[in-house]
Amino acid sequence: MSTLPLAVTRRRRRGVRHTLDTRVSPYAYVAPFFLLFCAFGLFPLVYTAWVSLHEWTLLSDTQTFIGLGNYGTLLADGYFWNATFNTLSIGILSTVPQLVLAVWLAHLLNKRLRFATLFRISLLLPNVTSVVAVVVIFSQLFGRDFGLINWVLGGLGAGQIDWAAGTATSHLALSVMIMWRWTGYNALIFLAAMQAVPRELYEAATLDGASNLKQLRKITIPMIRPTIIFVVIVSTIGAMQIIAEPMLFGQSTGSGGGLATGGPDRQFQTLALFVYEQGFANSTFDFGYASAASWLMFLAVVIVAGINFLLTRRVKGGLV
Amino acid sequence: MTPRIRRIIPLITASLLGLTACGGGGDTATPAAAPTEKIKLTVGLFGDFGFKPLYEEYKKTHPNIEIVENVTQFNDHHNNLVKRLATNAGAEDVVAVEVGYVSTFTAQPQKFNDLKQYGLDQRQGDYLDWKWQQGLSKDGGQVLGLGTDVGGLAMCYRKDLFKKAGLPEDRDEVSALWPTWEEYIATGKKFAAADVAGAKFVDSPGEIFRAMVNQAPVGLYDAQDTIIVDSNPDVKKAWDLSNQLTAEGLTAKLAAFSPPWNTGFAKGSFATIICPAWMTGFIQEQAKDATGKWDIATVPGGSGNSGGSHLMVPKQSKHPKEAAELINFLTSKENQAKVFKEEGTFPSIPSLYDDPSIQNFTKPFFGDAPIGKIYSEAAKALKPQHLGPKEADVRVAIGNGLGRVEQGKQTPDEAWAQVLEDVKKIK
Repeated sequence: MSTLPLAVTRRRRRGVRHTLDTRVSPYAYVAPFFLLFCAFGLFPLVYTAWVSLHEWTLLSDTQTFIGLGNYGTLLADGYFWNATFNTLSIGILSTVPQLVLAVWLAHLLNKRLRFATLFRISLLLPNVTSVVAVVVIFSQLFGRDFGLINWVLGGLGAGQIDWAAGTATSHLALSVMIMWRWTGYNALIFLAAMQAVPRELYEAATLDGASNLKQLRKITIPMIRPTIIFVVIVSTIGAMQIIAEPMLFGQSTGSGGGLATGGPDRQFQTLALFVYEQGFANSTFDFGYASAASWLMFLAVVIVAGINFLLTRRVKGGLV
Repeated sequence: MTPRIRRIIPLITASLLGLTACGGGGDTATPAAAPTEKIKLTVGLFGDFGFKPLYEEYKKTHPNIEIVENVTQFNDHHNNLVKRLATNAGAEDVVAVEVGYVSTFTAQPQKFNDLKQYGLDQRQGDYLDWKWQQGLSKDGGQVLGLGTDVGGLAMCYRKDLFKKAGLPEDRDEVSALWPTWEEYIATGKKFAAADVAGAKFVDSPGEIFRAMVNQAPVGLYDAQDTIIVDSNPDVKKAWDLSNQLTAEGLTAKLAAFSPPWNTGFAKGSFATIICPAWMTGFIQEQAKDATGKWDIATVPGGSGNSGGSHLMVPKQSKHPKEAAELINFLTSKENQAKVFKEEGTFPSIPSLYDDPSIQNFTKPFFGDAPIGKIYSEAAKALKPQHLGPKEADVRVAIGNGLGRVEQGKQTPDEAWAQVLEDVKKIK
């Protein structure tokens, strides 16, 4: 009879299906992400590189290949370096205090508190608020003539500060806005990591007479090192891409200038804003130049994130 | 805005019918007669053009037309329009284009509908000749846009602040203070010497600079569309005078159209502001509780135009014929007069200038100033100026220079050198 061979083939077929399933289906499960990534991540990246090698504007139908010409012009463009400086300056001014503050806040919230959930959730609220609202409100606080901060400073006898006009003052104002939005968010990530630190370590340290601060430095920070590295990298990337804050700050303080110059002296024009200005905010719509700037910005992000990775990895890890 | 007017419908309908009847292109369907198909027209504007009551009126005679208005901020509006034309998607059926950008768009006639097809070349006789010319394609062969308003210049001032500073309040006497810009600055010094608390003489040098350049026979571009910022003595003179305002401490350092500038109106932070006709509507909106405090005098340095717009129909519009008819309606003589009375934007149709209803029009907000008469005189004396394709970018570069001087970052000479560098880069 033919039952036996049938059973065998069926079993064999099931075996093929089974191996096919174990081998192929994982790829099918991760495929959606990679398809989306290719469409919205990889393709734009490659296409931008292609555009950056051309004289390419939105208004003209012909695109001439000019090799690295755009990069050459860019590296000689003082405004590009100015934007790079501003980005690094705002990045450092906002990220460093932000992370220190976030660790401290997380440390406080890691204690046994009444209404702990309420406090933890409220940390996230500034991050949920729309960036437009945040910048509009802060621009009013930092207003020159009728701003609250100048009013307080005036009351203390210090003079009025034209926050948007100065390089340092505008960077400070923008950093405050960025810190306002992201400190709580980072604190929550730190808090999650801190809760995984065994309580016995703190108990033992307390018995040994270690102070609160010492416990933070000697136990908490080494134990959450991987999280710190993660947060530093993510914040660095975020800080290098700041655009909404300076753009809206320029508009709502009326510091003059165009849509995206970041003040008349470009005192707070960041790299992303520079890209936007070249590609979208002036009537040339120079896509080639803007693409080249985006690529250099991408490289800058990789470099700065890499340096930060190396630096934070040196934080002493583990206890043993 | 304030009250609405809806009258004179039969008149307009009649003129519309007549126009489409004699308009070429073989399209003779009457607009009101065939309300079978529902049509949605979108209108893209920057700021309030005072069109809303007119839409209501239009719908009465065109029940099949639905009108949706999109208002975006000035820079965004024009930037978006460029992008939408380039990508052939997303532009409204009717778009407003400000005079600073009009030459950018008329240089791309393939992106817009020639309104001649719909008979709108018949309107040429209505218009100020230069305003009509601005809406034509570069070769003059196509009608791409119809004008809405012109921005004849005047100078608005705060009577109460002038009184505090011991300056005359009467508009004729104030006009007599400043036949030239030099005398305007001299008046400013007197104002500053009186030290009126919380008030400066002028909002910022930016708009003053624009006005001075607009008064010159040739501005930022020559007739061949070459940027002549570095060689035109009138531009340099305007630059120097603007910076003199800063050097004398006469400006409140409030950039036009920014939120602090708006606050400045309410707080009375500045005593004078350059006042193209459309600005009167703006002041009234911003300084709501300042009725009777503002008045209007003549502008120093002779007449000039600042601002004003055209309405155009992008090629991508699905209903170009209906859009053209709507433009014809919105820019008609009667409706321009109406919009002026509501919003202050001044008509570009000269036969209105001697019309008694315009000549005798006054506004209580400006102390019953005869604004119809003032702006008619300003518009009649206007000398047109050629505008180039990248006017807006050049203005931004110069505006940034003025801003750097105002913020004390550079001396006027350093700032000017950088302006020239920036302008050279504009392609």
